[in-house]
Amino acid sequence: MDRLFHALADTTRRDILRRCVRGELSVSRLAAGYPMSFAAVQKHVAVLERAGLVVKQRRGREQLVCTDPAAVDRARQALDELESAWRGRVDRMARLLADTAEDPEDNPTEGPEK
Amino acid sequence: MSVTSVDKDFDNLTLTLIADFAAPAERVWQLWADPRQLERWWGPPTYPATVEDHDLTPGGSVTYFMTGPEGDKHRGWWRVTSVTPPTSLEFTDGFADQDGKPATDMPITTVHVQLAERDGGTRLEIRSVFDSREQMEQLVKMGMAEGFQEAVGQMDALLAA
Repeated sequence: MDRLFHALADTTRRDILRRCVRGELSVSRLAAGYPMSFAAVQKHVAVLERAGLVVKQRRGREQLVCTDPAAVDRARQALDELESAWRGRVDRMARLLADTAEDPEDNPTEGPEK
Repeated sequence: MSVTSVDKDFDNLTLTLIADFAAPAERVWQLWADPRQLERWWGPPTYPATVEDHDLTPGGSVTYFMTGPEGDKHRGWWRVTSVTPPTSLEFTDGFADQDGKPATDMPITTVHVQLAERDGGTRLEIRSVFDSREQMEQLVKMGMAEGFQEAVGQMDALLAA
């Protein structure tokens, strides 16, 4: 699977995300739902948070986790745009290399200037 | 197609692209090291680049502008952090205002370029890392590309899985 989806590649993390889509939940409420330590759940939440998929908000003594669907789209879009920019550049590089391989004498701006 | 693989790492805001070329590394290096060649591939055909300064030494900089269909000019810069011809280059890549002053509200990426001989040709690896999530989002706001719907659909499908 594309590493882009690393944050989403884990069953627990996807589950956390689904539960948070339905409404904000405290980390302790979330943790109660999984057969793992509070710290382990916190780590999963941190991965999702770093990926921009959820945001944590402190309310009183509780840490509430909620999803940021717009952030999912934005982060994905940014990497897509960077990819499309570099793909275009690599295609142009390949064409330049092919051109100069065919006509090494044809282009005055090419060739080593030694 | 020259592009061999593309990997997008959501956690680390990193794009890694690998491409293979038939040309030797020295030749591929010239695409970066010769400003006249660089400007033939850096900008898209609708926004061709004109390179002004070009100093590929540590601490050196490259400055350029891209000219749009309406004659609009968009300035950009590189700050070179390390360079080992013809195998590696590292620089930060950003935009600038009309006077060439680096723009703080535009995205900055750090670009690592590696060239290696492979099967008589050259393997090019480009790793591009956003400095921060905010900067990544700035790129989106600039709306440099289209066609996100499919990507969003894939994400939806994954979330529904």
